[in-house]
Amino acid sequence: MVIMNNIKSNLNLYKKMLLIRRFEEKAGQLYGMGKIGGFCHLYIGQEAVVVGVDSVKKKGDQVITSYRDHGHMLSCGMDPKGVMAELTGKKDGYSKGKGGSMHMFSKSEDFYGGHGIVAAQVPIGAGLAFANKYKNNQSVCFTYYGDGAANQGQIYEAFNMASLWKLPVVFIIENNQYAMGTSIDRASSTPKLFTRGEAFNIPGMLVDGMDVLEVSKATELAASNCRNGDGPYILEMNTYRYKGHSMSDPAKYRTREEVQNIKDKKDPLENFQKHLLNEGLDEDEFKKIDKNIKEIVSEAADFALESSEPDLADLYEDIYLDN
Amino acid sequence: MNSNEILMPALSPTMEEGGIAKWLVKEGDIIKAGDLIAEIETDKAIMEFESTVDCTISKLLVEEGTNHIKVNTPIVKINDDLNPLPIKNLNKENDKKNKPKKIINTQNDLHDIKFEKNENLKILTVRESIRDALAEEMRADENVFLMGEEVAEYQGAYKVSQGLLDEFGSKRVIDTPITEHGFTGLAAGAAFGGLRPVVEFMTFNFSLQAMDQIINTCAKTLYMSGGQMNCPIVLRGPNGAASQVAAQHSQDFAPWFSSIPGLKVIQPFSANDAKGLLKSAIRDPNPVVFLENEILYNDKSASSEIRDELIPIGKANILIEGTDVSIVSYGIGIKHSLMAIELAKDINISVELIDLRSLRPIDYKTVFESIKKTNRCITVEECFPVCSIGNHLSASIMENVFDYLDSPVINCAGKDVPMPYAKNLELAALITPEEIFEKIKKVTNWD
Repeated sequence: MVIMNNIKSNLNLYKKMLLIRRFEEKAGQLYGMGKIGGFCHLYIGQEAVVVGVDSVKKKGDQVITSYRDHGHMLSCGMDPKGVMAELTGKKDGYSKGKGGSMHMFSKSEDFYGGHGIVAAQVPIGAGLAFANKYKNNQSVCFTYYGDGAANQGQIYEAFNMASLWKLPVVFIIENNQYAMGTSIDRASSTPKLFTRGEAFNIPGMLVDGMDVLEVSKATELAASNCRNGDGPYILEMNTYRYKGHSMSDPAKYRTREEVQNIKDKKDPLENFQKHLLNEGLDEDEFKKIDKNIKEIVSEAADFALESSEPDLADLYEDIYLDN
Repeated sequence: MNSNEILMPALSPTMEEGGIAKWLVKEGDIIKAGDLIAEIETDKAIMEFESTVDCTISKLLVEEGTNHIKVNTPIVKINDDLNPLPIKNLNKENDKKNKPKKIINTQNDLHDIKFEKNENLKILTVRESIRDALAEEMRADENVFLMGEEVAEYQGAYKVSQGLLDEFGSKRVIDTPITEHGFTGLAAGAAFGGLRPVVEFMTFNFSLQAMDQIINTCAKTLYMSGGQMNCPIVLRGPNGAASQVAAQHSQDFAPWFSSIPGLKVIQPFSANDAKGLLKSAIRDPNPVVFLENEILYNDKSASSEIRDELIPIGKANILIEGTDVSIVSYGIGIKHSLMAIELAKDINISVELIDLRSLRPIDYKTVFESIKKTNRCITVEECFPVCSIGNHLSASIMENVFDYLDSPVINCAGKDVPMPYAKNLELAALITPEEIFEKIKKVTNWD
C-alpha cells in the first residue's frame, strides 16, 4: 500500500513537470505568433526544481520567485487558463492583464510573485518569513532566485537578517548556469553558490536540480530546519535552461552540442519517466497522461485567446486600495 | 572665549540650546580631562559631557534641571589650581545669594500667531506627537510594528521612538542592521504577509538605497497583481535639510515620491497634523511615505494643540485666511511662510496660507478655490526648484483656473545647487522668509 501511494505521488510529480513543459512549449508558440508580448522567460529544463520543492510544501507555506515564474505558478496549483490569459494580456488573467509574464500573484495559493527586478524578491521572501515568525504559524517561505541574482547585494542583506532573526526561509538558488548570456564562471568569483551563506552561519547544500526526488529530499531537510526554529537554509539547485534567457535570446554564448548533451543525459522528465517505468508503471499510463496534459494546455491557450482585452476603464483601477 | 569657563556645548548639528539633566560634579571637585561633568539634554538625546582639561570646579552657573540654555552660554566656572579649595571657600560658593540663576527661553514663539489657545488641549512637539501616534496605533493593532536603525535600544536616533521599546518589547520595536535596501524589502514582504510595518529611515537620504523596493515593490504590486496584493507599509523619517550636514544629508525628496502612482505622500508641518496623519497612514491599506523634518521636531512654531483626531490623507488645510494672495506650501515651507506673512501684514497685504499636508493625492480643489478668491499664488517649498511640487501645481493652476489669475504663479523653492556645508552658503541655498516676502510684493505689484 505504501508503495502504491508512493507511485501515485511520484506520478503526480511527473504530471506537474509535464504540464509545465507543455505549457511553456505552447507559450513559446503563442509568442512566435505575436499573441504574447514583452519579455517571456521559459522554464523548460528546470521543471524538477519547482516540482520537487513543492512536493514538500505545506498549506500556508509561501512561494516567491523572479520573472521566470510560469512553472512556479502551475506547480503551486494556479489555473493554467488564468496564467495563459495573463501572458496574452487578457482580462481573465491572474493580474487582469496588467502584470504580464513577469508579474503574477495568487494570494489564495500563497504565491507572492513573479518579480521583475533581479533579486528584489529575496528580501521580500525574508519578510514573508518574518511575518510567519511574528505570527508563530510554523509556515516556511520558499524564496527562489537564479545564479545571476546571486551577485546582487540585497541577497546578502537578506541573508544577514534571516540568520540574525532565525527566519523560516529556504533560499533556493536555481543555478541554470547562465545569467542571460554570462556563464557562472564569468560572473562569480566563488561559483559554489551554496557556500555563500557561510559568512552568515546559514547552512547550504548542492542538489541535483534535474532529479525531482533529490530536490524533494533536500527540501524536506531544509524546511524542517526552518520549522524547528533553526532559521534559514540555502539549496543550490544545479539545473539547466534549454531555451534562451528570454524569447529574443540568440544563445550565441553556448553551443548547440552543449544543450543537446544535457537534454540527452539529464532531462528531468525523461529520466523520471524511466525511473517510474522501472518501478512498474506501463507505457500506456504515460500516453494517457500526455494526452490529458495536452488537452489542459490546449484549453488554456484557447481560453487565453478567446478572453477579451481588459476594459480601458481598468487602466485607472487597482492603483490604490480603498480604506 | 574665557578659558576659565566651560560653555554649553553643541552636541548635535541642530542643537541650539540644551538642558542640564544632571550635574556629575560639585563645586570644589578636582577633575581630569575625560572626567564627566554633566548629563546634558540635547534636542536628540541625553548625553554625557566630559571635561577637556584638568581643573577645579569653582562654580556651577546653572541649576540642575534648567532647560533652554543657549549653546556657548557659560555653565561652569573653573580654575587650573588643582589643590583642594579651603572649606570656607566652598561654603561661600554655596551661599544663597550666589545661587545659579535660571535662564529663560527666548526662542521666538510663532505658536501664538496662528492658533487659538484651548486650555483643555495639550501642546506637544512634532517629535512627541509622532511618538504618540506610533504608540496609539501599536496599542490598537498588534500587527503594527516599528523597524529601523537605532529605533529600539538607542530610543531613536532623533528620540522619536523614545519609550516604545519599554512598552512594546523587542518583537515589535526592532533594531535593524544598517541595511536599508534589505530591511525595506523585508518590511514589504512582511506587509504582504499580513503585518503593518512602520519603517523608520534614520533620514530619507538613506532611503535612496531602498528606492527599488519602494518604487518597484511597494508602489506597484497592487496594480501588477490586478488588485490582489496590497502593501500596507509606512516609510517615515526626517527629510530635507537639517543644519550644516551638507549635500548628501540635506535634500527634500517630496517631488520624487510624489511622482509615483501607487504611493501616498505626506509632509506635515504641525504636531497635530503629524499625529493625525501618521495614524491615518498606519491604518491606510496602501504604502505611505511620511516625510518628517528634523528642524521641526522640536520647533515651537510647529508644536501645536493636539486635538486627537484622524486627519484624512489628501486634504489640505487653510491655516490662515486672506484675500490678496494664496501661498501654497507644506512642511518647513509653512514655517518660513508664517514669518513672511508677518512681514506682509505691516504693508497691509492679506495672505491666505494653505498647508497641503498631503502631496499625493494632492488637494487641488482647495488650491483652486483659494486662487478664485485671491487671484494670485505663490508656492513655497524647500526642495530643488526643477520638477518641484510647485512646478506641477503651476501647470495644474494654468489648466484649471487660468482665467482667475491676475499675475503669473511664482514658485519659491530651494536653490538649484547641492547643499553646501558653510553656514552662510547653506542659508543662501534654502528658502527664507525674506525671499517669500519679496515674492509676495512682486505678485501683488506692491511698491
